[in-house]
Amino acid sequence: MESLPWLILGLPLLTAAAIHLGLKKRQSLSALVSTCSAAVTLVLTVVIILKGSDLTGSFTWASIPGFDGIEVGYELNQLSRGMMLVVAGVGFLVHLFSLAYMKDDSALARYFCGLSLFMFSMTGIVLANNFIMMFMFWELVGLSSYLLIGHWYQKDSAADASKKAFLTNRIGDFGFMIGILILWGITGSFTFNGISEFFANAGHSEAVMPSMTMFSAAILLIFMGAMGKSAQAPLHVWLPDAMEGPTPVSALIHAATMVAAGVFMMVRFFSAVGMETLDSIWGPDVIAWIGAITSLLAALMATQQDDIKKILAYSTLSQLGYMVMAVGLLDPEAGMFHLFTHAWFKALLFLGSGAVIFACHHEQNIWKMGGLKKTMPITFLTFGIGTIALCGVPGTAGFFSKEHILESAAHSGQWLLFGIAALVACLTTFYMFRLFFVAFLGSPRSDHAGHAKEVGPLMSAPLIVLSVMAIFSGYQFLGGKIAPLYKPFEFHPDAPAFIASISAVLIGLFLAWKLYGNTENDPLENKGIFKHFRNKFYIDEAYAKLVGYGQDTLAAFIHFFDELIINGFIVDGFSRAAGGFGRIFGRLQSGNLQGYAILFGIGVLLVIYLTVFVS
Amino acid sequence: MSIILILTPLLAAFAILAGVGKAKLIAMIAATSNLALGLCTVFCWRASTWDFSWEVLSKPSIHLSLGFYDGMSLVMVILSVIVLFTAVMSGKCPEGREKLWYSSILFIGAGGLGAFLSTDLFFFYAFHELALIPTFLMIGILGSGDRKNAAWKITIYLALGSIVLLAGLIWLVSASGSETWLFDDLLASSISQDAQTGIAALLIVGFGVLISLFPFHSWAAPAYASSPAPVAMLHAGVLKKFGLYGLIRLYPMVSNGMQAWLVWLIILLLCNILWVGFVTINQKRLDMILGNSSVMHMGYIFLAFAALIEAGSFEANPLAKPAAVVLMFAHGISIALLFMLTDTIRRKTGTVELAELGGLANAAPRLAFLFGLAGMASIGLPGLANFSGEVLVFLSGFNSFDGECLGYVQTATILALWGVVISAVYMLRAYRQTFQGTPVSHTSSEHVKDLGPFCQIPAGILAISLLIVGLYPNSLLQFLEEPEVVTSETEQASK
Repeated sequence: MESLPWLILGLPLLTAAAIHLGLKKRQSLSALVSTCSAAVTLVLTVVIILKGSDLTGSFTWASIPGFDGIEVGYELNQLSRGMMLVVAGVGFLVHLFSLAYMKDDSALARYFCGLSLFMFSMTGIVLANNFIMMFMFWELVGLSSYLLIGHWYQKDSAADASKKAFLTNRIGDFGFMIGILILWGITGSFTFNGISEFFANAGHSEAVMPSMTMFSAAILLIFMGAMGKSAQAPLHVWLPDAMEGPTPVSALIHAATMVAAGVFMMVRFFSAVGMETLDSIWGPDVIAWIGAITSLLAALMATQQDDIKKILAYSTLSQLGYMVMAVGLLDPEAGMFHLFTHAWFKALLFLGSGAVIFACHHEQNIWKMGGLKKTMPITFLTFGIGTIALCGVPGTAGFFSKEHILESAAHSGQWLLFGIAALVACLTTFYMFRLFFVAFLGSPRSDHAGHAKEVGPLMSAPLIVLSVMAIFSGYQFLGGKIAPLYKPFEFHPDAPAFIASISAVLIGLFLAWKLYGNTENDPLENKGIFKHFRNKFYIDEAYAKLVGYGQDTLAAFIHFFDELIINGFIVDGFSRAAGGFGRIFGRLQSGNLQGYAILFGIGVLLVIYLTVFVS
Repeated sequence: MSIILILTPLLAAFAILAGVGKAKLIAMIAATSNLALGLCTVFCWRASTWDFSWEVLSKPSIHLSLGFYDGMSLVMVILSVIVLFTAVMSGKCPEGREKLWYSSILFIGAGGLGAFLSTDLFFFYAFHELALIPTFLMIGILGSGDRKNAAWKITIYLALGSIVLLAGLIWLVSASGSETWLFDDLLASSISQDAQTGIAALLIVGFGVLISLFPFHSWAAPAYASSPAPVAMLHAGVLKKFGLYGLIRLYPMVSNGMQAWLVWLIILLLCNILWVGFVTINQKRLDMILGNSSVMHMGYIFLAFAALIEAGSFEANPLAKPAAVVLMFAHGISIALLFMLTDTIRRKTGTVELAELGGLANAAPRLAFLFGLAGMASIGLPGLANFSGEVLVFLSGFNSFDGECLGYVQTATILALWGVVISAVYMLRAYRQTFQGTPVSHTSSEHVKDLGPFCQIPAGILAISLLIVGLYPNSLLQFLEEPEVVTSETEQASK
């Protein structure tokens, strides 16, 4: 049993290595091996969940006398078990879906190698018992994401998107590492257990308590890592671009698991610190606000996107903002539970969009779809289930988890945050039904959409499984057993959270129906403020300018100075200083290299002379 | 045993010059046997079954000896034999210049090995000089591009740096009042505070020039860009580490003196990381990017050294020395691999201008993979050796942090961390420009063939080294745990 987590961690790495080293030429075999490995991972995870016991294990990764050493180890508790199930479950379904979706790709082996590498890295994050190990796998998921976004690297847009994703994440990781170092200075430990012990002891005596400003800074810096990975504003720009990757990858990495890692990490960290300690400092408030702002901005941008994947990507941003807000409000159960339900229905929506894109010959513009209800009934149904789950229609998993977040906002007494959360819920319903009505109802608006055919069983099976989860994972009998953190739902018809969420759904649905129920083009396009939503508030353009004019100009400027001053002035100075020296060896200055070689020989002789005769 | 490690390449180089046999064959035999011997040493050194010390010369007042002074020497020797082997295997020797080409490579390798194996200040210095001479000749005679200027610049810089260093060393020996130049005797003696401060300044500048410490860095990039691949690999990978090795080795002798220069050193090392980092971003050629990046990454090793100075002794900051050693090893391997592959790109496509490249991964997937791996290593991706070193460096910077306020070294560490973003910017840009996107005519598969097996072997060895140390840094760190081993012969020699 103790070695089981090591197996779960090691298997995908072995698979990736085997594919890269041995199976590159045999495309379909690689795909099969990788899928089997994902299946085994899922089975082992289920075994762990059924056992339900907490386990730990570790070895020293870097040991230095006089220093505690850096560990690589796992810690299985309810949180990591539940998260592992999300990773393994969605992971396996995405592998399955990919078998069909990617079957004509010329680099199938490379694709599945990347998927296995991702499974390895993500498992590492989930299992990690300390921050250094988490950081290592944190960067490795960044690598696998980079590789998979850039799967079609021949396309400039894909190559640029993968680079952007990696660099934006690096900025987050810059803060993350500083945060880890400061936290290490404060608590003297990297392990979550060590941190937890420190704060348990520190609570008892004032003297041990560290500087709270420093601690808040550490929290926010560590949160920077989460901002990168979970694409929180202002580091959100990479996620929509990441849609350049194959759609199953978007479902797995950029919707269900990796982007949620930031939330998972913060929950793990906050649970170790303890809520009482966190309650007394200002750091978490900032986090809640960043989450709220991200969720609002992203929801607004989503209302005016035309690319089916982009809409879902902005929706993911917005939902991640929700989770981050819950974490910032010190309600990790709510955030984590929403992560859990969201993983299923967002993976469902992405795979559904994959099915649509596949059937429409890689058409991604919803205005060129339409009428898919008749030609693709399974996709239509499952996508519909995903949509209502995401909107939080009562009865679906999304309803329960969204309720918790609205409730925690209401409980915190921060009514502005509550208002934003309710508004986002309304916007979510609006943009999702806009997508749904335009893409599936009406009549086909292009030949591709007209000739669309329902996808095969390899693709529809994952959709069906996921739609079951999208509904039932919120209930006690299922979610209560397997969710990373679960909070039972209590029904209060007069609670503000309930009223808000019901009215949000109704208003959103009504507006979407009014505007998009039966239309051939977007009535809001380029009108007033909607133009800015469509243009994503020009944030991407601003960053491009910042990189172009800021970084690159600075670099050119510094390079110029480097050449001018260091190279010109100081080297000249050196030469002048060497002038006296040069007079002695004047002949050698003539530019002949052998001369200098002789000079070196003289240097050596000089040492001998000085040693023997002077000292 | 240690003398064999040095003599093998040295004698082979002389044999090549004397025209005994086929130059390439002799060089490969020498490098291979050295690699085998070096790796063999790893196990024997652990078991302490072999005695490696060798007394070379014993006259009144001068004792010269060679041996593994401690684990740091061992790690540097492993680095040297690996890079020497791969350097011999890579690059393309111009017709008819085999003698110069291979003998120079072997001389450089022998010089590097000698420097790391010296337990005496004289040989320590002299071996490094021995390695520099063929370096200059190779760049000047067989280099590419603006080779004359590049060779001239590196020669002037390193010659002056060496003279400053020599002055520092002579002062060190005379101030210590030691009878010999042996490390042990020098360590046992004490030096007055005033002298220490002066010596420390000379050592920082002297070694600093050799390591391309800002503002003495501008020789490095053009020299590496112009030099033949094996020379760039050996100099950037091995010889440059000589200065850092020297600073750490001599540090205990002048630990108080170094304290005075801590703030200056921090400023300079931050310039190495940030200033040179920005210079690197603005480069348009692959070889210049790599040359500048190698300058930049020296800053991180200096950061570990600054943490050491702040702490005052190896014991006070147990992380600093291992951090520096692991990063030296990692950087040496990764930069050697990068220079080797860049040379391959130059030979296959005829250019290293980023603007003229693109889509190379299509025609040469293995080359793209290995370059990606080495590039990722150099920007500190976990799982590859450089990360193991860098994370230890950052930890060593925060070792003295109490959780209340940030000191100089902590502030420097935070600023230095931004360099991790900078290096990702230029490395991913370079990779994007070279390997991704649409192929152009001279990078298309009709024109370019992927790496052949002859190139894959050395590249594979370097890549595996990066992976081993990256996945399990204890594989290197275990050598550093041993207390400093002083073998009986050295002791006798010093009596």
